[in-house]
Amino acid sequence: MNDVADKETVLRIENVSLSFGGVNALSGVSLDVNNNEILAIIGPNGAGKTALLNCISGFYKPQRGQIYFHETKIARQRPDRLARMGIARTFQNIELYTGLSTQDNIMAARHVFMKQNFVDGALYYGRSRREEIKHRQTVEEIIDFLEIQSIRKQVVEALPYGLRKRVELGRALALEPKVLLLDEPMAGMNLEEKEDIARFILDVYEGQGDTYPDNPVLRDGIRSIILVEHDMGVVMDIAERIAVLNFGRKIAEGTPDQIKSDPEVIEAYLGQEA
Amino acid sequence: MIRLPSGTYAQDYGQDAALVRTKANWAFLAIVIVFVFTIPQWASNSFLALSTVIGITIISAHGLNILTGNCGLVSLGHSGFMMVGGYALAILCAKGGLPFWLALPISGLMAGVVGIIFGLPSLRIKGFYLIMATVAAYFIIHWLVLQFRSLTGGTEGLRVPSPDLFGLSLKDRAHYFYFVMVLVVIATIVAKNILRTRAGRAFVAIRDNDLAAEVMGVNLFSYKLQAFFIGNVFAGIAGGLSVQYYLYANVEQFPFFDSVWLLGMLIVGGMGSVSGAIYGAIAIKLLQQLATKIGPPLADLVNPQAAVGLGLILPSLAIILFLIFAPRGISHIWERLRNYYQAWPF
Repeated sequence: MNDVADKETVLRIENVSLSFGGVNALSGVSLDVNNNEILAIIGPNGAGKTALLNCISGFYKPQRGQIYFHETKIARQRPDRLARMGIARTFQNIELYTGLSTQDNIMAARHVFMKQNFVDGALYYGRSRREEIKHRQTVEEIIDFLEIQSIRKQVVEALPYGLRKRVELGRALALEPKVLLLDEPMAGMNLEEKEDIARFILDVYEGQGDTYPDNPVLRDGIRSIILVEHDMGVVMDIAERIAVLNFGRKIAEGTPDQIKSDPEVIEAYLGQEA
Repeated sequence: MIRLPSGTYAQDYGQDAALVRTKANWAFLAIVIVFVFTIPQWASNSFLALSTVIGITIISAHGLNILTGNCGLVSLGHSGFMMVGGYALAILCAKGGLPFWLALPISGLMAGVVGIIFGLPSLRIKGFYLIMATVAAYFIIHWLVLQFRSLTGGTEGLRVPSPDLFGLSLKDRAHYFYFVMVLVVIATIVAKNILRTRAGRAFVAIRDNDLAAEVMGVNLFSYKLQAFFIGNVFAGIAGGLSVQYYLYANVEQFPFFDSVWLLGMLIVGGMGSVSGAIYGAIAIKLLQQLATKIGPPLADLVNPQAAVGLGLILPSLAIILFLIFAPRGISHIWERLRNYYQAWPF
């Protein structure tokens, strides 16, 4: 599975700087995200991890630097364009559509694959009806994969935290992204829920093959995942490469073993032994 | 979520998405439709007039429900956009000599286009500031109508010839009522369909979390303008119907306060719900009617001012009570009752 030969760069972050007034959230961060890897970004609070994700997903416009998605420049692009290109994310503080049901939340992410406009929708006939049913099929596969069938019709507002996190992952999957950005998917969870989510992330990464033959994203997996996470145990276990940020600068990058023994990381993050 | 009675299964996704699922639903719907369409047979003239006005209001409320209830863009200019539709119809019919059936959809589109123009700021401004912008929209439209005297007749208004539909005269009040009710049914289906498909989900996504909606591929600018367009097409058609009903277009017919009542209808009926817009329009209109009925005796009893105040106090009180005790409106109460009945005796 982890064949070094077919690692190509999917996302290239070049010298990205972002500041809010006098605060430098990111200063000159460069990072490559490859195909066939789970890349973890770690760092103390306020290190700029989420800021970096926000730059990639188009939320923030970095003042300097460029981000390339396969050869396309994507820094300072509109977020909805990036979603169409194949970059999806989840948020640290769940950002679901609280008034919609689980099913409609995921369905809403199929937006980019639909062609109907509101006139088709008003008639609910022909193209509109066909599309609704076809995408519902895809949504049901995602619901099945994430084991959230029982809450399909429930409004997400009323769901417990762990389930909402799962729905949010489902919504990101429905975009069929090439790159998936996960912002602290396990924050605030207990051990069991963390294990579940870790399992889902690995399953998404590896792909489910013939279990979901008609669903490209579940079948083939998402081969580039960027994971921002505080739980070192999880990060060391599932990430193949780790980048460490501190005060907006990248201070280290490497395999989990390299990171564990990097003196600068130990000082900045893991803490020094007294 | 409305629970379905046990034993109701969907065999495919088309069935699962169907609006009417059970035989009881069909029966209930049939009873309502038969009731509504026999109103001219048994009702008094005043009740028929009230029903027609309620029908027109429902169409308008559907529009505001899409724009405000679903897309979250609170508009206090809805009455102004009804005015655009009303005057467009009046000018097209009276001055352009266009037939009613052609002028009505055009007046809807006109209101929609004007809605897009006033919706342009909505990408930059939100919440309270957008409300102020829509209030401004109402007064700009009001002012323009009064200024272009040659076209609109200014304060005197504009007479409209009595409507006919492909040679069939709608002069008779009962016929016009049927026509309005057919449009109410169509408007309800259209509103429901828009809201359960792609555009509707995008609207709710924008309402609930505009930042996430953008990251999930919704073009905010385009969809906010679409919401303004759709919502105001409904307003324009309602305005056109209203002008045609009174055979007269006048700015007094579209007071600013109607915008506020329309919002109140959504609150009482249930924000965002299509059936809620219907319940709300009926409830507020009936309360206003009630006020005109019990106003005069009250004026004799208390003082003459009471009758005037009652028309404002009664519906306002209903809105306040709903905000406190049932903020999700009649449609949610109905939903809970149904679920309770469905699950009885548990």
